Amino acid sequence: MPMNENIKASSCAIEVQGLTKSFGERFALRSIDLRVSSGEHVVIFGPNGAGKTTLVKILATLVKPSSGSVRIDDIDIHDKPAQIRHRISLVSHQTFLYDDLTVYENLKFYGKMYDVPDLEQKIRELIAWVQLESRLHNRVGTLSHGLQQRASIARSVLHDPPILLLDEPEAGLDPHSGAVIKDLLGGINSVSRTVVMTTHNLERGLELGDRVIILDGGKVVYQAAKRDIGTKDFRQVFDRYTGIGK
Amino acid sequence: MNGVFTRIFAIFWKDMLTEIRTREFVFSVLIFAILELVIFSFAFSIRANMVDMAASGILWVALTFGGVIGFNRIFAVEKENARLEGLMLCPVDRFVIYWGKLAGSFTFMLAVSVVVTPIFLILFNLPIFLPRLALIIVVATIGFAAVGTLFSAVAINIRARDIMLSVLFLPIIVPVIVAAVKATAPVLAGKPWVDILTWLQIMIAFDIIYLVVATLVFEFVVEE
Repeated sequence: MPMNENIKASSCAIEVQGLTKSFGERFALRSIDLRVSSGEHVVIFGPNGAGKTTLVKILATLVKPSSGSVRIDDIDIHDKPAQIRHRISLVSHQTFLYDDLTVYENLKFYGKMYDVPDLEQKIRELIAWVQLESRLHNRVGTLSHGLQQRASIARSVLHDPPILLLDEPEAGLDPHSGAVIKDLLGGINSVSRTVVMTTHNLERGLELGDRVIILDGGKVVYQAAKRDIGTKDFRQVFDRYTGIGK
Repeated sequence: MNGVFTRIFAIFWKDMLTEIRTREFVFSVLIFAILELVIFSFAFSIRANMVDMAASGILWVALTFGGVIGFNRIFAVEKENARLEGLMLCPVDRFVIYWGKLAGSFTFMLAVSVVVTPIFLILFNLPIFLPRLALIIVVATIGFAAVGTLFSAVAINIRARDIMLSVLFLPIIVPVIVAAVKATAPVLAGKPWVDILTWLQIMIAFDIIYLVVATLVFEFVVEE
């Protein structure tokens, strides 16, 4: 996927230094360093338990780090988490939507929580984009997982966040919803976003990312620009670094 | 400040819509509370002289234990589908989430009281029109909702959630229950304001303490 080179060259959107997270005795992340430029798409691979979700949750201000610093758009997550939440959005395999509310009511609720201006117009635009016009007034609980995920993607960009965090968003999705995610990364109305995405799908991850990272045992064990690797080579690299192929 | 109220109302209205469609809180609490009242009314019909002494206690036992069942649902609904994470991602201070949920709990408990109290008064052959009892119920319900909402959030990540909420909630809410029982008894007996005022003041004081403490500690309860 082509990337907006002029944005890529610009400032640092996410800067992580010496990030460590432990849950009791168990270390989920060990001294992670990561820089993501504005407009860059970084895809994080790793086996289960590698620390991918913990890293994304720390970036999303949902989990506090044990040590190290995290700055998003040059704001420390300890200092002004509410400001950071204006600039980020999280899409995961869980939709955060309320089953007993309609798609419209869910979007309106989150729109109010994010204080989105011109909310009705924004909902109409996004619903058209994710092609859910005919389901707008259906309760979310009556929709398939794929349709719910599309509604969730609309929710995630209601407030036009410049930074998107995607934690295995394509799990259980139909091809169209997968295309919506690809579109999401490409940007709506040509607005390119900074993206940090975790996935188990090597092909999809390589297709969507500018840079790939392999996380294993809470550490960054490999990273490279996409242009430097091919899908076949990367599968071998992934197997080697994570020990899956052994 | 306007944004804070808009967001508190957004959470409240979301919970109202959900409750109107599912009736999970009001329905379950209502059935439990009415059942308790009916059982008590049969138990005490044999010895009518005990009603005056026990009636206010019976009302508050029904509302308190019914409330415990309801408070379990307040944050449980946010646990499903990781909705609490969705709320936590919103750019609001955590107390906004607490007050939004609190407004819902208070309204649901009040709705239950509006149905349960007249049934109680009829079953125990007491006067129906008691505005002072309505005031006591409103003041006590604020305290119930303040503590119940907080501990509902505490219990959300505990495996034996239903039991733990009772264990946490009931000891903390005892001062309000005692004050409500003590204030209700003179109202049912038709005694003057002066007999009620001290207990009402105690309830208001505890309401303020609960609301302030819960607002301050809620962030630490819901953060990882």
